[in-house]
Amino acid sequence: MNVIGEKGVQRILSVTAFSAISALLLIALFILNEGLPFIFRYGLHDFLLTSDWEPQAGKFGIFPMVAASVWVTLGAMVVGAPLGIAGAIFLSEFVPKSVMRVVKPTIELLAAIPSVVYGFIGVMVLAPLIRTYLGGPGLSLLAACIILGIMILPTVISISIDSIQAVPQSYREGSLALGATTWQTIHMVTVRAAKSGIIASIILGMGRAIGETMAVIMVAGNAVKIPHSALDSVRSLTANIALEMSYATGLHREALFATGVVLFVVIIILNSVAIVALRKRVAKK
Amino acid sequence: MRIHPRYTQRLAVTILGGATLLTLGVLAFIIVFVLQKGLPAVSIDFLLSNPQDMGRAGGIFTTLIGTIILPLLAIIVAAPLGVSTAVYLTEYTAETRITRMIRFGTDCLAGVPSIIFGLFGFIFFVTTLGMGWSILSGGLTLAFMILPTIIRTTEEAVKAVPKSYRQVSFSLGATRWQTVKRVILPNALPGILTGIMLGVGRSIGETAAVIFTAGSSLRLPSSILDSTRTMAVHFYILAREGISSENAYGTAATLIIAVLLINLTAYWMMNRFIAKRS
Repeated sequence: MNVIGEKGVQRILSVTAFSAISALLLIALFILNEGLPFIFRYGLHDFLLTSDWEPQAGKFGIFPMVAASVWVTLGAMVVGAPLGIAGAIFLSEFVPKSVMRVVKPTIELLAAIPSVVYGFIGVMVLAPLIRTYLGGPGLSLLAACIILGIMILPTVISISIDSIQAVPQSYREGSLALGATTWQTIHMVTVRAAKSGIIASIILGMGRAIGETMAVIMVAGNAVKIPHSALDSVRSLTANIALEMSYATGLHREALFATGVVLFVVIIILNSVAIVALRKRVAKK
Repeated sequence: MRIHPRYTQRLAVTILGGATLLTLGVLAFIIVFVLQKGLPAVSIDFLLSNPQDMGRAGGIFTTLIGTIILPLLAIIVAAPLGVSTAVYLTEYTAETRITRMIRFGTDCLAGVPSIIFGLFGFIFFVTTLGMGWSILSGGLTLAFMILPTIIRTTEEAVKAVPKSYRQVSFSLGATRWQTVKRVILPNALPGILTGIMLGVGRSIGETAAVIFTAGSSLRLPSSILDSTRTMAVHFYILAREGISSENAYGTAATLIIAVLLINLTAYWMMNRFIAKRS
């Protein structure tokens, strides 16, 4: 290293330090460059809010996919958020530290299971159950919500646990000393103090649910229509891109990149909100 | 009417505990289900023979090679970049507006969904740079994807090295870079390796970002400009096109075992690292 010298090393490091943010900007640049011209030509309003998706006829309205993505994400939150927060509270407040040290990584393993495996479980186990007991095609909005709800659990649990543990012990002691039960302490003191972190965990989970592709393709059925019931087959924004990308050309491909732009913008907004919320948590500590 | 706090307490513990058990139950179910259905199909022969007839018959050997080589390339690119970013952020600068911006960018990149990485890799590496559907395109796309994981874990590992180590090194007249190279990096190594393992784990399970960049050729690649198919992509194609459920289960079982082994190794290293530090 003597050849480069101390200053040289510092200069090299200061350049590489921008790798992640350059990667993000490069991604933004290329996705926007491919998708934005299409949105301007077709009109944002027509693109987002009309319902005819007929690439051969030159009609590119993604409203059914927008509606599907919104419903799938909300449904996943309904399944995943309460379960995740409950798990996080239980593990951080009611379980000995030694048990927690084993269980938390185990739950984080859920995040490591490839999304295609979740999708496969949805197809083989969940869809037949829904078809038999609730009717409809089985591959449906409901199936997607449940599978995505499970997939976001590790995100919600892990970040919520970190936030709950960051609450100073003295808060709990103060409440207990006033005669509150542990549960009263939890929902009146601890959870309120950890609020911003818990909200961030939910928003990050939402980002994961909106962006998930393979599992949704496998379980949601992929019909291009606005869902009227939870048992309808739906196609999310992500599924729309992945299903048609392999053969799309020309205007059709541009429309798929434009779908990517919509997705990218929504995700960046959600991430930014979550990051700010998490900063708040750290600041409080 | 108010319910007595003693009962709300009991009710809460029951519900919260039930939710936790449900979560663990789902995890156990997924792993057991896949292994139970898939393990009978897995054998040395299955792992080491080439797929035949689009995967209807034969084994998964070429996809195994794809699964090893793509993450490897991703790590070769992402690890040096990630580690030097983390070292710069922790050792060379104070908290400024620029470092906050870098951290924000890193966190944002971590949340970008894999389909967006796939679109980007397709338009940038495959089309614009003319690399085609290839190991190179796929590996570089994955490198972008795992960069935030490596940066974050390395930062944690470097921060965990006690301040006194640095003070001793500086007091002996070592420069900053000598301190980083001889004292900090060797001590932070297990933590850094954990980040790398987590990155490998994520790459192995990835489908959406890989299928549009590395393609899905079943032939054995002869250079990094050849297309390849990973186990995850193979499994997706087998399952979705209904080619062979037996081979699909077999591939899924192999995939799950690989991912679990890698993640467990990562946690094990992390725990040892933490135990050594405290």
